[in-house]
Amino acid sequence: MSEPAETPTEKLAHQLLQKAAPSRTVYEDLIIVPVFAIFVALVLGGLVMLATNVSIDTIGRSYIALLTGSVGSLGAISETLTAATPLVLAGLGVAMGFRAGFFNIGAEGQVLMGGMAAVIVGFSFGGLPIYIHLPMALLAGVLVGGLYAGIAGWLRAATGAHEVISTIMLNLISFRLVDYLLKVPFIQKAGRSDPISNAVLDSATLPRLLDWVDPNMRVHAGVFLMLFMVWFCYWLLFKTTIGFEFRASGENPDAARFAGMRSGLIVVLVMALAGALAGLAGANQVLGVLGRASPGFSAGIGFNAISVALLGRSHPVGVLIAGLLFGALEAGGRQMQVDAGVSLDLIGIVQSLIIAFIAAPLLVRAVFPWGFRGKAASRKE
Amino acid sequence: MDFKRIAKPALLAGAMVLGSAVSAFAFTACQVTDTGGIDDNGFNQTAWKGVTDAEAKFGVEGRFLESQAETDYAANINSLLASGDCGVIITVGFLMGDATKAAAEANPDQKFSIVDYAYDPTIPNVIGQVFATDQAAFLAGYLAAGMTKSGTVGTFGGINIPPVTVFMDGFAWGVDYYNKQKGTNVTVLGWDPAAKEGLFTNNFDSLDDGRTFAQNLYDEGADIVLPVAGPVGLGSAALADELGTDKLMIVGVDADQYLTNPEKNHVYLTSILKNMDATVMQVIDDAMNDHFMGGLTVGTLANNGVGLAPYHDMDSMVPADLKSEIETIKQQIIDGTITVGM
Repeated sequence: MSEPAETPTEKLAHQLLQKAAPSRTVYEDLIIVPVFAIFVALVLGGLVMLATNVSIDTIGRSYIALLTGSVGSLGAISETLTAATPLVLAGLGVAMGFRAGFFNIGAEGQVLMGGMAAVIVGFSFGGLPIYIHLPMALLAGVLVGGLYAGIAGWLRAATGAHEVISTIMLNLISFRLVDYLLKVPFIQKAGRSDPISNAVLDSATLPRLLDWVDPNMRVHAGVFLMLFMVWFCYWLLFKTTIGFEFRASGENPDAARFAGMRSGLIVVLVMALAGALAGLAGANQVLGVLGRASPGFSAGIGFNAISVALLGRSHPVGVLIAGLLFGALEAGGRQMQVDAGVSLDLIGIVQSLIIAFIAAPLLVRAVFPWGFRGKAASRKE
Repeated sequence: MDFKRIAKPALLAGAMVLGSAVSAFAFTACQVTDTGGIDDNGFNQTAWKGVTDAEAKFGVEGRFLESQAETDYAANINSLLASGDCGVIITVGFLMGDATKAAAEANPDQKFSIVDYAYDPTIPNVIGQVFATDQAAFLAGYLAAGMTKSGTVGTFGGINIPPVTVFMDGFAWGVDYYNKQKGTNVTVLGWDPAAKEGLFTNNFDSLDDGRTFAQNLYDEGADIVLPVAGPVGLGSAALADELGTDKLMIVGVDADQYLTNPEKNHVYLTSILKNMDATVMQVIDDAMNDHFMGGLTVGTLANNGVGLAPYHDMDSMVPADLKSEIETIKQQIIDGTITVGM
């Protein structure tokens, strides 16, 4: 930062500090709102199920299944973490973009491109030890995801093309590119005529953590990557100059520019970082869960990541919690189907209701005014 | 927390229901469906019908898990394994081959069966259910070649995998056979059995794609279309309904779609039946009565594993000569006089 621009920078810093300082309201937002939101959503979800002729005890059983299937056993927690890991990683990327004022819709495409790169490195280079091969494959995912998103950042910086348009278009390109790549002879699995890749070698597979307890537990070392990245994003965003520049650009791009921050560089960096995280999410899926790539392997992770980032208020820890909630709903939803035989579509409605209510704190406050007395009183003062 | 307060009484109620369920059913048959959904009027629905038939006939309990994406396969199988009371787990679809193999090898005491996949070598705790669908599709191809007015018929598939293309192969060979017999020149659009290339939607769930692909084939002159893509074909049926059957007819797949798609049933010339319901029920019977042997079941015209559905509303339009020729060809395929293939 240049010397003469001190004053506006300090003002910004002050603003940001105020934002970061937690008040009573913040705790209400973080704890009471989600609890009430889940309660309202379960009641409404129950009404929807009743309306479609699901009996009361099936509804009861399905909600128990939602709980037991997400946190009720070691296997359930393993499934929740497995589902949450890529969502948190890609969600962190989207959240970094939000912090800097960029609406990155392209996480889905970045997940796909990163995953493809990781898979290609993962089945090539046989004979390497795992401590070289696995990091190589992960790094390939990070780099390719970052480069792919960097295109959108560069387009924004160099030509002013809005990132919403360019990332959506890059998504569409990546879908077809993956279809094409999966039919390229050295990538396509031998003997198959449908688009599916070779299997990732053992030396590039993220090791499973609990398979010694039960071979069906799928939680893998990607969880540590996820936790590390949550810390890394927190550190980057709140403890470094570049993170400060990201946030400053997001809060007030003009002030940031007049304070001497290089907006063009920030755009490219933020988008590349977002893409790198999404690419890592893709790599995590193919190296840890799926073992190979097929056309739909991103499975909407990049789009759910947008909800995860928004729900987590674009804070790394918030993203972690939101991602875990999404993961729990996915794992629990599956159990709802197994135990209670509730249709997948109804489960989708209940899941969406929970998320929608958590995302709408004002609505929850309106439904339960007595739950927030402290706040209402302080407002009147 | 509020959540727990509701959960507790519900837990008791739930436990009581579960308790009674366990005593009422000695055997549970579990199924994982492919993408496209259990109510797809075709592939998944037919396989699930095998379980519901077994429920009615043997008094077993059936459970299913729907896959929304290919990434769900392993997770769904795991959920059923974790529930611990599946007498047999039936996975529906070729694409589940890898996930089923991995689960079967990790859980050697669990009985599995997979529709549309043959393991080589076989796995001791897995029964693969495969079908010589090209035999029935051959008859449908012959029928379509005899019924077309434009001299062009069309087909498209979901994903380029053997259980899909086997329909398209048989259909194309049936048309060829008709051409050779009658000296006609009916062309098949959308599939080249020699090059193994053709039209594919690359999914098993977009009804819009079914409409677009059928429209494209119709624009190229086809008046009979065979969509081999699960519920995608319902989109093609909707198009045929709008255009009218004098312009476009549909050949159904997997189930008799005249029966499973009652709103649009008049557009179906016939359906190529793949009787997964019978083989699924057989597998459940075997698993219940300890006759379970890993390996393969192959459905053919001879054992009614595959077949051609009745013409229903189209019955009066199909010439009697053509009907009897198709019966003859069916017998010739069964006794081996005609070999379906290149």
